[in-house]
Amino acid sequence: MIIEPEPMTTTGDRSDPRGAPLPPPVRRIRLDEPATIANAPVVGEGAAPGSSRMRRATLRTHGPERMTLEGLTVAYGDNTVVKGVSLTIRQGEVLALIGPSGCGKTTLLRTLNRLTELTPSARRGGIIRIDGHDIDELEVTALRRRVSMVFQQPNPFPMSIFDNVAYALREQGSKRPATRTLEPYVHEALQRAGLWEEIKDKLDHPALRLSGGQQQRLCIARALAARPEVLLMDEPCSALDPKSTQVIEDLILELREELAVVIVTHNLQQAYRVGDDVAFMYLGDLVEYGAAEQVFGAPRAERTRDYVRGAFG
Amino acid sequence: MATRSTLPPLPSPSAPVPGGPGRKRRVNESVSTWRLTDRIGYLFMWAAGLLLCAIGIGIVLFMALKGLQYLRPSLLVSRPQADLDQSKSGGFLDPLLGTVILTIVGIVIATPLAVASATWVVEYGRPRWLGRAVESGIEIIAGTPDIVIAVFGLVLFQQGIFGWMSFTAQGGAVFGRSFLTAGSMMSLIALPMVFASTREGLQAIPSHVREASYALGKTKAATIRRVLLPSVRANISTGAALGMGRIAGDTAIVVVLLGASLQLDPQGDVPGLKTLKGTGGTLTSYVYNNSPAGEGNAPQKAYSAAFVLLLIVIALNFAVDLVARRGSAQGIETSRLGAAK
Repeated sequence: MIIEPEPMTTTGDRSDPRGAPLPPPVRRIRLDEPATIANAPVVGEGAAPGSSRMRRATLRTHGPERMTLEGLTVAYGDNTVVKGVSLTIRQGEVLALIGPSGCGKTTLLRTLNRLTELTPSARRGGIIRIDGHDIDELEVTALRRRVSMVFQQPNPFPMSIFDNVAYALREQGSKRPATRTLEPYVHEALQRAGLWEEIKDKLDHPALRLSGGQQQRLCIARALAARPEVLLMDEPCSALDPKSTQVIEDLILELREELAVVIVTHNLQQAYRVGDDVAFMYLGDLVEYGAAEQVFGAPRAERTRDYVRGAFG
Repeated sequence: MATRSTLPPLPSPSAPVPGGPGRKRRVNESVSTWRLTDRIGYLFMWAAGLLLCAIGIGIVLFMALKGLQYLRPSLLVSRPQADLDQSKSGGFLDPLLGTVILTIVGIVIATPLAVASATWVVEYGRPRWLGRAVESGIEIIAGTPDIVIAVFGLVLFQQGIFGWMSFTAQGGAVFGRSFLTAGSMMSLIALPMVFASTREGLQAIPSHVREASYALGKTKAATIRRVLLPSVRANISTGAALGMGRIAGDTAIVVVLLGASLQLDPQGDVPGLKTLKGTGGTLTSYVYNNSPAGEGNAPQKAYSAAFVLLLIVIALNFAVDLVARRGSAQGIETSRLGAAK
């Protein structure tokens, strides 16, 4: 299937009598063509918009392993959505999960902190380890404090900015820590999320009054406040404008020094811009997994090549 | 394979040309191009809205005219007396207090029950048949006529174990009529409204908000207490205010379970509790008794009391609007959660 601009045969009937600008040409989707590869947007080093970023100089020497997945399989009822995936998530690196819609990326991500268990029909096979421990043997709340998550929709809670971040620190035991002892931790989390300068004077304002990009960074601050080892991000920029997206991408690149980041994204450019490792999934299978340069520049599998060059998806 | 449509364009009747570059006036849709049935429907919608508006204003104006004619400040602060001479039969302080006490007792019982059951139905609700049974039970309560609830309550509260709630005669017979028993049954009148608005508020919270809390390592209890219930605070207040309006306006339970007496009639010695254990009346029973249908037969006072009752209920309705509006101003309106779509 390829998408190509329809050739404009007659320009006369398209032009508006009052001289208004022409509508964009209709793009036609051809379904019955063989999957020929269109001229690829080159994403190799030195050409793509994201190539100016600082890649890790020591990419070949990996950071410490935080989580390992061995033969992870997840099914909703009879529908197997993740099929025997094995991956390694390392501190100091960003792992980008890419693939067409419905390929199991988000399910894989939600399985890492056992959020899939909230779906009654979900079943899981395979082993996930965090620092060598099976995650099933950890208490689920303890696991989720170590493996925190940012969602597609910015979802601050209906309370003040301060309380949103403090919520991550409160409610952990039977005793409620005093606000004053929490203050430095909240400030630090907001600083790490790059939100401090904008909101330091209005910590008591309702969080839902912030803009979408600020809300998402507040959600990141909230996730960081619990000092997780792994940060899961499920298409964190898909509801945001390009400027907020860039702010959050810069933030991801800063954060990866301190923790392991796994990001699900539909945006291939984004995967290349922020990802150190890229995993390409298709219909539940892990098709290709490797360094971003390799997956985008010299993919081994045909499917990956087609996908990263925009031939399908 | 997608092909271009070969069908000729459908005729579009007298489609007005969009305004040219020089025109300032915006061309609006004209009703005259609508089909007849649509025009009739349009007319009916306007007429229905205006008619209800007129009825509402009519009721308030009529009651204001009749009520204000006889309403004196002294009526609000003097106790009613049983007297044939209307100049000596006093005001309606006791019924006014009775309405307030009964409404508070009812809503204080109803709100926790309704919020707890709505939270259970939405957040747990397993096994599913039990969740459905709870909802059906509340629907049955909502559909039961108040006089049936009243009679049921009278039979229930005349049982010996409820003796502490009302007056007990020397032989051990339980009277079963008091503010406590009437308030308990009144809570069933208000409960469905609080339940429904709380449930709707909880259902409107997108699931990723709950998951965001779980993803921070929070328990379900902490999520409900600190995220979900604060989110539906405005819904709870709305339901409670509506329920209070229903309680203040109910008559059957007052007549059967409160005694509908002219004055508050405390029982026992404990301050506060003696009023709750005793019988009394409310504005509704006062209006009924003083209307030409009742034994008091003082229509002027009935009109005054009815006007005061109407003001109380209207005030509660305005409170609902105010709470809802303040809720949206603070951003705790549930539909704003995750609204950056």
